[in-house]
Amino acid sequence: MMPFIHQHGWEIARLTFEHLWLTLSAMLFAVAIGLPLGVLLTRRRRWAQPVLGVANIVQTVPSLALFGLLLPIPWLGENAARLAIIALTGYALLPILRNTYIGIRGVDRELADVAAAMGMTGWQRLTKVELPLAASVILAGIRTAMVICVGVATIAAAIGAGGLGELIFRGVASVDNRLVLAGAIPAALLALLADASLGWIEKKLTVRRS
Amino acid sequence: MPTVGVEFAKVSYTPTGGHLVLRDISLSLEQGTTTALLGRSGSGKTTLLRMVNGLVRPTSGEVAVLGHRLSSLESPEQWVELRRNIGYVVQDTGLFPHMTVERNAGLSLELEGRPKDEIASVARQNLQKVGLDFDRFRGRLPWQLSGGQRQRVGLARALALDPPVLLMDEPFGALDPLTRGEMQTMLRGLLASMGKTVLLITHDLNEALYLADRVVFLADMEVAVDLPAKEVLASDNPHVKLYVSALHHEVDG
Repeated sequence: MMPFIHQHGWEIARLTFEHLWLTLSAMLFAVAIGLPLGVLLTRRRRWAQPVLGVANIVQTVPSLALFGLLLPIPWLGENAARLAIIALTGYALLPILRNTYIGIRGVDRELADVAAAMGMTGWQRLTKVELPLAASVILAGIRTAMVICVGVATIAAAIGAGGLGELIFRGVASVDNRLVLAGAIPAALLALLADASLGWIEKKLTVRRS
Repeated sequence: MPTVGVEFAKVSYTPTGGHLVLRDISLSLEQGTTTALLGRSGSGKTTLLRMVNGLVRPTSGEVAVLGHRLSSLESPEQWVELRRNIGYVVQDTGLFPHMTVERNAGLSLELEGRPKDEIASVARQNLQKVGLDFDRFRGRLPWQLSGGQRQRVGLARALALDPPVLLMDEPFGALDPLTRGEMQTMLRGLLASMGKTVLLITHDLNEALYLADRVVFLADMEVAVDLPAKEVLASDNPHVKLYVSALHHEVDG
């Protein structure tokens, strides 16, 4: 056991960081796209079903197939990490988009009326009422997306994007369970850590009503 | 010649895909007076009230507030401007659950971008006006308040910009009778001192007579009764009699 860690410790650490980097970059894009788009959908409700539908379809494509499908695309295929981040963004998008939309639509009708009656501008209603009240629901979406991303990122190693999946694939290929575990355990820990910490923030953001 | 605060001119309303709710309502509310609006549930009281701040647009007819015809308002900015001149109080208070009492009470000023110390001083003044100890309550969140306290904060918030028009939709409907009585006393004092044009929806004839200068009953989509408050009890209008007998039933039964 000890010699194994001694031999692979640095590699595990490096790949964990790589894994984290892939995940966080994708999350950054997913939030940057999903949050404003989700808000936009609450203002243009006719678009909501089609857009959520597309995001839903992206989510159902098996990850290995998605990586494979994106590989021949010119600009994307040149850089494995770039491709992985974009594919991961696709997976993370739906929960963020959906929860932003549902969270804002879920704001009590009466509060929305009062906000309008007080003479709030659209921007004020969004920033002072809707986003704070929807924050915990939106964060729940981010949390789901994050856990999905950490998991799917292990598959990114299949196209050479690195991350903890590299250890797993190598372990499988060489029938070395220690290598598989060296990739799987840190990946599981990352997912648990992300889940717990975002869950904690989500709880903090929940607004008590009665 | 008294000036008109709010004017309804032949206002009708049919919700999309629904049946006619209000038919050719004409009413003008004199500036500085309080008008109570009564009627059965579903008689369109709330719809009529919400036309004043544009939460509902009439299907036909015209509503004018402080001389501005609402159908002539075009940009969102003009609506914002109008709405800041109209206080709005609803039964469940509509306090923002993530904001403290102080922030709720000063919110209208915050929206206008007024300086912090002005917001704080107006919030303090108005909360005291409605009978809440500012230092004790300022930091509390709505869930930490009783129904009556919430209603007071809701009222203080509506008064923040000292709007000339005040809309109250069953403000005390959800309160117990004792709290309700206290609130009525407080509100009567406030209304007398403020000179606002008030439209108050209530199911309670006593409340209407105690608070309003004028009482309007809606029935069958129209104004069925429109009397000075003082003349209501003596009236032999069938709608009024129905209400009065309901009151007596309460006393006798």
